[in-house]
Amino acid sequence: MHDAVIEVTDLKKHFPIQRNLFTKATQAVHAVDGVTFSIQEGETLCLVGESGCGKSTAARTVLRLLEPTSGTIRLKGKDISTLAQQQLWPHRQHMQMVFQDPYASLNPRLTAGSIISEPLTNYFQIPSDKLREQVKTLLEKVGLRADSIDKFPHEFSGGQRQRLGLARALALKPSLIVADEPVSALDVSVQAQVINLMVTLQDEMDLAYLFVSHDLAVVEHIGHRVAVMYLGRIVELATTAELFNAPLHPYSQALLDAAPDAKVGAKRARKVLQGDVPSPINRPSGCHFHTRCPHAMPKCQTDSPALVAIQVDRWVACHLVAET
Amino acid sequence: MQSLSLTSISPQLPPPILRIDGLTTEFYTPSGNVCAVNRLSLNLEQKETLCLVGESGCGKSVTALSLMRLIPEKQGGITSGSIHFEDEDLATASESTMRRIRGNKISMIFQEPMTSLNPVITVGDQISESLRIHQKLSPRQATKIAIDMLALVRIADPARRALEYPHQLSGGMRQRVMIAIALACEPAVLIADEPTTALDVTIQAQILELILELKESVMTSVLLITHDLGVVAEVGQRIAVMYAGRKVEEGPVKDVFDQPFHPYTQGLLESIPRRGASSRVGQCRGQLPEIPGFVPSIRETSVGCAFAARCKKASPQCGIAAPELTAQSTGRAVACWHPNFD
Repeated sequence: MHDAVIEVTDLKKHFPIQRNLFTKATQAVHAVDGVTFSIQEGETLCLVGESGCGKSTAARTVLRLLEPTSGTIRLKGKDISTLAQQQLWPHRQHMQMVFQDPYASLNPRLTAGSIISEPLTNYFQIPSDKLREQVKTLLEKVGLRADSIDKFPHEFSGGQRQRLGLARALALKPSLIVADEPVSALDVSVQAQVINLMVTLQDEMDLAYLFVSHDLAVVEHIGHRVAVMYLGRIVELATTAELFNAPLHPYSQALLDAAPDAKVGAKRARKVLQGDVPSPINRPSGCHFHTRCPHAMPKCQTDSPALVAIQVDRWVACHLVAET
Repeated sequence: MQSLSLTSISPQLPPPILRIDGLTTEFYTPSGNVCAVNRLSLNLEQKETLCLVGESGCGKSVTALSLMRLIPEKQGGITSGSIHFEDEDLATASESTMRRIRGNKISMIFQEPMTSLNPVITVGDQISESLRIHQKLSPRQATKIAIDMLALVRIADPARRALEYPHQLSGGMRQRVMIAIALACEPAVLIADEPTTALDVTIQAQILELILELKESVMTSVLLITHDLGVVAEVGQRIAVMYAGRKVEEGPVKDVFDQPFHPYTQGLLESIPRRGASSRVGQCRGQLPEIPGFVPSIRETSVGCAFAARCKKASPQCGIAAPELTAQSTGRAVACWHPNFD
């Protein structure tokens, strides 16, 4: 059994809404509402769900880019959820992030070389000629030419910029990379290149990925395990094969049904989910999904189902599944 | 051989509703003209769903804007070719003719439902606007039809919603309003430019289903522009693939997906991760076949085939001359020196 790189327990992130300056905040957006998961070395955990379900907030809170409201985050066994920024600093090098938009996440005034060397110089004192060598190695590692070290971001294409973002994240040899929709801004023909690169790097460096995506086909390809989120809670957590072959939670089923597949002819009897995602401010009582659930029972309106293990490595939060 | 699928068209059918012939659209830049659409010919048959597919920058959205003549005259325009619709040539039609056609006989759904609605006008008024202008209805009649349209696109409580502003609606509802606006005058042609890209998958499924249903009831032809091959497989009858401003392949969706002739189409279809991969033992997390390189900038003009630099079949011939689009069997066409026929 590997050690977990990251262990998140009952993580919550609420954003209070202050109606005006002088009154106390009475309501809050429950963006992440009690999320528990762990990721092993060399493993990819995918977070999927619709926009507004809290998957990006969860990813950012894990990195302490957002302050958690409550819950614990253990990075390599060390609780980092309440550390002050200064104590957190040495731990930051073990966890890095790759952002969605490769156009907005690179400083346009810095060269590729300075973008990648910045994390290195932040943590270590390296002579400049050695630093340049290290940066060149990193560039080659992500499939860019070493002589592009002095180019600026605008001289790269979208896919190349995302490689640059990966090189920056890898510079400190982290254990965990949080990737927030890393391929969704890329062209279809370039997506495959970046996905392949991420898989190769993971195998080489034993990286743990927390991979946030709404594209289920990508998730099925890259993920070892998948957590389905709905309105701030994980409703199902299972291995990729189990989830995609037999989703148990009605929301997972609907999500998988809705995703188009590039296959012609296979007309599925599709259950189109009616209605929109409810607001995370006024969430439905009980099971948040009961307003859209085809199997909703009276109990679902009052009791919130807990995420329970029904098999090894398979967790579901649904009254219907718990009963059968 | 390939059989004609049920969805494709039998030989004796009425003439196409929209006939694009050699359309070239250029933008004027300080460093010279840039060709965004290069001699594109395309027919939209009556009551069909034609999918125009390609990556960003391939000219698919510019094609749509050219059809509607929505490219600002100072920035660019159609430099040659024709667009036949009814008895008009839209490429050269006057602005007043275009005003009569836009939103009335040809209408468009845009990608961003958040930004393409007017934030300070109620959605009811935005739907009734085209009815008042094109069909000369009284405000009262127009409002009544607007409410009916909202009900048609399945917005609950349409009479109340008609009085609301766009910011009060969710993304999926705004896209439904866009569809209601586009279909209010029962157009002959509906151009949908990435109508579901900004939406969540569960909402996307609802919207696609709605467009298809309304297409049947209003009897329109749909030109669907998308980069998502999953959407094409689901709703398309015919597909036209564009690369760097040119059409490289065309045919019935099923045939093209079964056997893509052009190496680019083939690469695209292979490189997307497929659902069901996890049930195939040993296939999981393997390397996806990738297309090397990246999409060329439209500023780079090449004499040969634009895809040659990324193509595994490229030969010296590909660098010398661009292949012409040649018709193949059963309504298919491909522009390639080395098409994949086996």
